[in-house]
Amino acid sequence: MTGEEIAIVDKLTKRFTPDGTPALDAISFSIKSGQVTGVAGPDGAGKTTLMRLMAGLLVPTEGKLTVCGYDTIKDSIALHHAIGYMPQRFGLYEDLTVLENLTLYADLRGVVGKARTETFERLLAFTDLARFTSRLAGNLSGGMKQKLGLACAMLKSPRLLLLDEPSVGVDPISRRELWRMVLALTEDGVAVVWTTAYLDEAENCAEVIVLNNGALLYKGDPKAMTAHIGDRVFLVEGGGGERRTLLARALSRPEIIDGVLQGDAVRLVVKEDAPAPTAVELESAGRVTIAPAKPRFEDAFVAMLGGQPKRTLDLQAARQPASEGRAAVEAIDLTMKFGDFTAADHISFSIKRGEIFGLLGPNGAGKSTTFKMMCGLLRPTGGTARVDGYDLYRAPSAARGRLGYMAQKFSLYGDLSVRQNLDFFGGAYGLWGAKKRDAIDRVVAAFDLGPHLGVKAGTLPLGFKQRLALSCAILHNPPVLFLDEPTSGVDPITRREFWGYINSMIASGVTVMVTTHFMDEAEYCDRVALIYRGKSIAIDTPDALQASVRTPALPNPTLEDAFIALIEAQDRREAA
Amino acid sequence: MSDLETLERTDLVPQPPSDRKFEAPESRARPDIAVSDKGGSMRRMRALIRKEMLQIIRDPSSLVVAVVLPLLLLFLFGFGVSFDVTKMRVGVVIENPNPETEMFLASLANTPFFQVRVAHDRRAFLDDLTASRIEGVVILAGDFTQRIGRGDTVGVQIITDGTDPNTASLVNAYVQGAWQTWLAQRALSSGLQAKALISTEPRVWFNPELESRRFLVPGSIALILMMIGSLLTALVVAREWERGTIEALLATPASVPEFLVGKVVPNFFLGLLAMAISVGFSIFVFDMPLRGSIFSLLAATTAFLLVALSAGLLISTVARTQFLASQIAMMASFLPGLFFSGFIFELSSMPAPLRAFSALVPARYFVKSLQTIFLAGDIASVLVPSILILSFMSVVVMALTWRNSKMRLD
Repeated sequence: MTGEEIAIVDKLTKRFTPDGTPALDAISFSIKSGQVTGVAGPDGAGKTTLMRLMAGLLVPTEGKLTVCGYDTIKDSIALHHAIGYMPQRFGLYEDLTVLENLTLYADLRGVVGKARTETFERLLAFTDLARFTSRLAGNLSGGMKQKLGLACAMLKSPRLLLLDEPSVGVDPISRRELWRMVLALTEDGVAVVWTTAYLDEAENCAEVIVLNNGALLYKGDPKAMTAHIGDRVFLVEGGGGERRTLLARALSRPEIIDGVLQGDAVRLVVKEDAPAPTAVELESAGRVTIAPAKPRFEDAFVAMLGGQPKRTLDLQAARQPASEGRAAVEAIDLTMKFGDFTAADHISFSIKRGEIFGLLGPNGAGKSTTFKMMCGLLRPTGGTARVDGYDLYRAPSAARGRLGYMAQKFSLYGDLSVRQNLDFFGGAYGLWGAKKRDAIDRVVAAFDLGPHLGVKAGTLPLGFKQRLALSCAILHNPPVLFLDEPTSGVDPITRREFWGYINSMIASGVTVMVTTHFMDEAEYCDRVALIYRGKSIAIDTPDALQASVRTPALPNPTLEDAFIALIEAQDRREAA
Repeated sequence: MSDLETLERTDLVPQPPSDRKFEAPESRARPDIAVSDKGGSMRRMRALIRKEMLQIIRDPSSLVVAVVLPLLLLFLFGFGVSFDVTKMRVGVVIENPNPETEMFLASLANTPFFQVRVAHDRRAFLDDLTASRIEGVVILAGDFTQRIGRGDTVGVQIITDGTDPNTASLVNAYVQGAWQTWLAQRALSSGLQAKALISTEPRVWFNPELESRRFLVPGSIALILMMIGSLLTALVVAREWERGTIEALLATPASVPEFLVGKVVPNFFLGLLAMAISVGFSIFVFDMPLRGSIFSLLAATTAFLLVALSAGLLISTVARTQFLASQIAMMASFLPGLFFSGFIFELSSMPAPLRAFSALVPARYFVKSLQTIFLAGDIASVLVPSILILSFMSVVVMALTWRNSKMRLD
C-alpha cells in the first residue's frame, strides 16, 4: 500500500479573518502512505493550521482537501475513525493515569475486547511505558508524555497519523526513540505527517513540505533540496577568537549569502556560481583553512529565501569598559530544592567578560530554574551567584542594575507603541530625563526602530519584536545580558539577524548568557553547560564537547550526539 | 506559533454564518461507519462519563465548587442576610421622668427589638441620629403623664432616619406596637377595659414566627445551585480548551451529543451532592422544616439542575478560558437569580416588563418550588407547572448548546 495518496490538498487557503493575511495561501501537495512527510517551517508558518485542517478541526476558506477519501468537514466523523492525531502538548489528561488515558481513547476509537488487550500490550511494550501504567500522565517526563500521546493517537492503527510538533522541548534521546517508533509504523503502510520547527529534523523525512508565512516554499525530497546548494557550503576553521569579526567581514561581501558560527568554525554559503571564498578575501590575519562542507537543510532553506539580511549594528556608544580581570558572571554551588525535589543541584560556572555562555538542556532539566536564580528572580536554597562582582542576593539591586534580561517570548506590552515600551522600560531601569532620552535615541538609531516608533508593539513582525525586546533589555547599557530561549521556534532568517546583533555586542565587551534547548543555538556559544536532571554534567566549548565523544564509529559527532552520549554516560554513572 | 495563540485567535474571530451550523445528521451517518462501530455511541458516552468522574475525584477544584461553595454561600445568606430587625438602637427622650414614663421605658427595653438609651433633652440625640449612630428617637413630652392621667390623646413623637426607609418604617411600627401593648397593659392593670370595636387576630401560616430566614434559605439554595450548576460545566469545558485536550478529543469519532452527555451526567451528580449538602445544612443548622417529600424535592432539583448545567455548557461554547467562563457563569446565573427570582425582591411589585422578564429566569420557578416544598408541602398545583417549565427550559437550552457546538476549533 506504500505510495498510495492518502491526502490530497488542492489550492488550500485558510484565513482566520475575512480580509486578513492568509494563514495558508493556496497550497497544493499530496501525502503518500508508508512514509513520513515532514512539514517544516518556523513558528507562525502555518504548520498547525495545516494539521488542524487535515484533522477536520478547521474549515478550509478556499480550495479542496480530501483525507483518506473523505471530505474533512462533511465526513468528519468517518475521517476521525480513520486518522490518529496528536496535537501539541500531546492532548493527554494529566489527572488520569497512563492506563486510564489509553482506555479512554480506546473506548472513543472503538478498540474493545481482545483487540484492546493485544493493542495495549503491543503499545506499552513499543513505548516502554508498561512500568508506568498507574502513574498520572501529569507526572510523566516530557519524553514519556510524548510517547503516551503517540500511543493514544495510534490505538486503532490509523491510515494517517498526524503529529503536531511532537519533538518540541523533548530531550534528544526521546526524540530519537520517537523517530524510531514512527519509522516502524511507516513500514506497516501508515502515512505519517510530522510538523517541526527544527529544520534538521526535516532531513529524516521521505518527503518534506516547507512552509514560510503560509506559503509553500518547497515540496519533495529533502535531500534534493539540500543537494541543489551542493558545493556552495564552506567551513572556515582556525578563526579562534577572531571568528566573530571574520563572520562579520564575510557577510559584508556580496557573494556570501549566508554565514553562521558553528562551534569554533564559521559556516558560509556563497551565491550560485560564485567561487569559493579565500582567506585573503576574508582578510583574516590568522591562518584559516577553508574547506567545502556537507550542506544542511537549513543552509538550503536560507538560500531559498535569498540569504540572510545583511545589516550591522552600530553600538559603539555602548562600549563597555575594558576587562578588569574578574569574571563577569559567577554561579557558585547554586542549589534549589522544591520539597524533596532538587531542581538545581550544586551548579557552578564562571563566565568571562565578552563571552557567550549557554545553558543547554531539555525542558525540565533545571535550566530555567538556574536561569531564574541567576536573574535574582528566585532565591536559591544554597550557593550564590555574582553579576559583575556583585552578589545577587546580598546586593540585589546593584547586581540587577548590571544585567539586561530578555524573557522568552519577549515580555513587551503589546498595546503600547514602540516608543512607549522603550519609555517604560527605560523608567523601569531607573533612567530619566536626558539620560533616558539619550539611551532611547541610541537604541532607536542602532536597531533602525525610527520608522516604527508609533506602531503598537503587538502588531510588529517577529523580527522587529525581537529587536525591540533586545533594545529594551540594553537601554541601561548593562555589561551582562541574559537571554531566555531567545530564538527557539524563530525562523532561521530572524534568528541569524538576532545573533548578528549579539555578535556585535560581544565585540563591544558585553557578556551574554543564554538558555536553549536548540542544538543550533548552542553552536553560537563560546562555551556551554549541559544541564541534565538538575546537574551540570559538562561545561566546555561546543567543539571540545563534540571531540570528547568522538569514536571510530562516530567520527563526526554533532553537538546533539555529544549531548546524548554525555547523558547516557551520566545515566550509567548514576545506575552504578 | 503556539497552540494557545492560535486558539485565542480562532476564538476572537467571528466565523461566517455557514460555518457556525452544526453538521446535518445525514452527512455524519455514513453506512460504512455505522457497520464498523455498533454500540459505539453508548461505549463512548460511558468512557467520557468515566473520564469526567475520575477527573472530578482527582482535581479538587470541582469538588470545591460543589461542596465548599454551597456551605460558604448558605452561611452568608443564612446568617448575613436577614430582614428581621433586632436591637434597633433607639434614643428615648423623657422630658419629665416619673413612674408612668419609667413603665413605658421598661416595656420598650424589655422587647428583643430595642436597645434603648435615655436622655432628658431631645437635643441630646439629634447628632446621633444625623450620624446614624441610632435608628430613631422616641420623645415623651413633658405633659405625657398629665395627659395620660386625664385620658387625653397623648402624642408620642417618633423621629426616624429616612435615609434607610425600610429600617425607619420598622422602627416606627415596632414603637407603635410597643406603645399599643403598653396602653393595653396599663388599661388592664387599672381595671379599665380598652374598648375596641373590631379586633383582628392575625394568624400566619407556614412561617408562624414570620422569620425571614425561612423564606430566604430556599431562595439562596436556588441561587447557589444555579451558580454551581453553570459554573461546573462551563469550567470543565474551558479547562479542556486551556489544557489543549479538547483538540485530541475532537479528532476522535465522539459526536456532539456524546460529548455533552459526558459532561452533564457526572456534573449532575456533583450538583445533587451540592443540593444534598445545602438541604442538610438548612434543616440541621437553620432549623428549616421540610414539609414536602424527598421525591418532589428530587424532581424539582433534577429539572432545575439540568437547566443550570446546560446553561454552563452553552456558556462554554463561547468562553474558552476558565477565567472568562467563571465570569460569565457568575454574571449570567447570579444576577438574574438575585433580582428576578422573587428571592429578595418581590416580583409582584415590579413593573410589568421586568415581571415578564422574570418569567424567563429559571431560578424563579425553583425558588417557588423550594419555598413550597420546605414550608408548605407537596402542593401539586404549584410544583407540577414549575417542574414542567424547568424541564422545557432545559430542553431548549440543551438544544441551543447542541446547535452552537461544533466538533471543530473554529
